[in-house]
Amino acid sequence: MRWYVLRRLLFAVPTVLGVITLVFFLIHLIPGDPVEVMLGETARAADREHLRRQLGLDHPLPIQYARYVRQLAHADLGRSLHSGRPVRRLIVARYPATVELAGAALAVALLIALPLGVIAAARPHSAVDTACRGLAVLGASMPNFWLGPLLILVFAIQLEWFPVSGRGGLAHLALPALTLGMGMAALLTRMLRSTLLERLRDDYIRTARAKGAGESRVLLVHALRNAALPLITILGLQTGALLAGTIITETIFAWPGVGRLTLLAIQTRDYPLVQGCILVIALSYVATNLVTDLLYGLVDPRVRA
Amino acid sequence: MRSRAVPTNAAATLGLIILLMLVMVALMAPTLAPDSPATQNLSEDLRPPSRAHLFGQDKLGRDVLSRVIYGARVSLLVGVVVVGISAIVGLGIGGLAGYAGGHIDELVMRLIDVLLAFPGILLAIGVSAVLGPSLRNVLLALCAIGWTGYARLVRGEVLAWREREFVSAAIALGATPGRVVLRHIIPQLLAPVLVQATFGMAGAIIGEASLSFLGLGVQPPTPSWGAMVNEGRSFLLFAPHVALFPGLAITVTVIGLNFLGDGLCNLLDVRSRDT
Repeated sequence: MRWYVLRRLLFAVPTVLGVITLVFFLIHLIPGDPVEVMLGETARAADREHLRRQLGLDHPLPIQYARYVRQLAHADLGRSLHSGRPVRRLIVARYPATVELAGAALAVALLIALPLGVIAAARPHSAVDTACRGLAVLGASMPNFWLGPLLILVFAIQLEWFPVSGRGGLAHLALPALTLGMGMAALLTRMLRSTLLERLRDDYIRTARAKGAGESRVLLVHALRNAALPLITILGLQTGALLAGTIITETIFAWPGVGRLTLLAIQTRDYPLVQGCILVIALSYVATNLVTDLLYGLVDPRVRA
Repeated sequence: MRSRAVPTNAAATLGLIILLMLVMVALMAPTLAPDSPATQNLSEDLRPPSRAHLFGQDKLGRDVLSRVIYGARVSLLVGVVVVGISAIVGLGIGGLAGYAGGHIDELVMRLIDVLLAFPGILLAIGVSAVLGPSLRNVLLALCAIGWTGYARLVRGEVLAWREREFVSAAIALGATPGRVVLRHIIPQLLAPVLVQATFGMAGAIIGEASLSFLGLGVQPPTPSWGAMVNEGRSFLLFAPHVALFPGLAITVTVIGLNFLGDGLCNLLDVRSRDT
C-alpha cells in the first residue's frame, strides 16, 4: 500500500505543475496590456509602472514564470489589487465556508441517491423505478442557477422555512447544499441503479440467494458493497463539479466562500485574486482525485498491484 | 424485452422532438416571436403572464416569450459550434495520439490530464474572465475544454480498433497511416462520437447559460436564457415569471438532449455513461 500511495503522489506532481503553468498563463491571455485592463485607460503612467513592477510583468516571461513558481513554493499568491491584502489570507478566510458547503452538498447527494438508487434497483422497470429515474433525469438537467432561485422562491419566500441567503446554522446551509448537491444526486442515483442491476446478475448473488439470504440482505449487503467502487469514482469526479459549482451557488445564496470571492474578483478585475482562487479550486480538485485514488486502493486490493 | 425497449425509444423520440423544436424555434424566431426581443415598454415592467404576453414582461417591459424564443438561437448556436469544433479537434488529436502512440500519445494525455484537472466550467470561467464577456469568447472558452472528452474517447477507441484484423489487412495492402485512420478507423467511431456529441451539446448549452448567468457570457440586450434567469433573480418575490420561463426552457432542452443521448446509446449499442 505504501508504494501505491507513493506512486499516486508522484503521478500527481506533473498535473499540479501543469495546473500552475496554465493558471500562470491565464493572466497573459488578457488581450492588450493587462495593466491597462486592470487599472483602466485613464490611470496615471506612474501607477501603471508600479503595478507592472508589482506583478512582475516588467520581466521576460521565463523569469516571470520562475518567480511565480518560487512565490507559490512559499505559499505566496500575491496581493489583491482591490484591497491590497495578501490573496492567500483572503482565500484562507473563505475556504472553510466553501468546504462546509461542498461537504453538505456531498451529504445531501448521498442521502438522496442511496435510497433512490437502491429502491429503483430493487424493483427494476416498475412505477417506482420509473419515478426514481425521472427524478434523476430532472435533477441532472436542471441548472443549479435556476434550481437555487426556485428553492428560494418556494422554501424561503413562500413557506419561510429557510433563510434566503447568508451563512449561519443548518437552516442557512439547507438550500445551498440542496442546490449544489442535486446534480450529483441525480448522477449517483443513475449510476447506483445500473451498477446494482449489473451486480445482481453476478454468480455470488445467485449463491447468496441459494443459501437462503433475503432480498434486502442480498441487495444491501452483497450487491451494495460491490457497487462501492464505481460509487467512489463518481464521487471523486463529481466533487470537482461541486467545487466549480460553488461559484454559482455561493453567488445565488450570498455564501461567503471562495466561489463568491472568485466572481467578485472577476467583476473588479482583480486578476491576482482571480488567479489565486482558480488555482486553489483546481488544486483542491487534484487533491480530491488523489484521495479518491487512495480510497480506491484501500477498498480494492487489486488496484494496488 | 418489448416492455423495456418501448420506454427508452419513447424517451429518445421525445428527446428528438424537443431538439427539432429547438432548431425550429431558433430558425423561425422572427416569425414565431410575438414581439421584438429588444422592444422596451417601461410603463408595463414586470407584468405577469397575460393574453397579450403569455410569459409576462421583464423589468424593461420586454416580452419574455419573445426573449425566450430568441434565446434559443444563442443556445443552439453555442451547442452546434462547440460540439462541432470540439468533435473535430478531439477526433484529430485523439486519433493522432491513439494511432501514433509513444511520446505523442504521452504528451497529449498529459495535456488532457492538466485541462481536466480544472473541474466543471472553472477553466471556461477563467478564460472568459480574462478575455472579456462576449459570445465569441464563450465559444472559445467552452471549446478549450470541450475537445478533451472527444480526444480521450477517440484515443481509446483507436487503440482498440487498430489491433483488429481488417486494419492489419489494410496496412499489409500498403495503406498509409492517414488512410487507415480516415477510411478504416474513424467510420467505426461515429456511433460513440455521436452519443458524446448529444450529451456534449447539453453540456455546452448549460455552460453558456452558466457563463451568461455570471455575467461572463452573452451581453445585453442579446437574449440568453442564463442571463435572463440572472435578471429575473432580483424580482423573485414580485415577478417570478421573469426567471421561471428561461430556466424552464434550459431544463426542457437539456432533458431532451439527455433522453436522445440515452436513446442513441441503446440504439447504436454504445456503452452507456452510467454503466
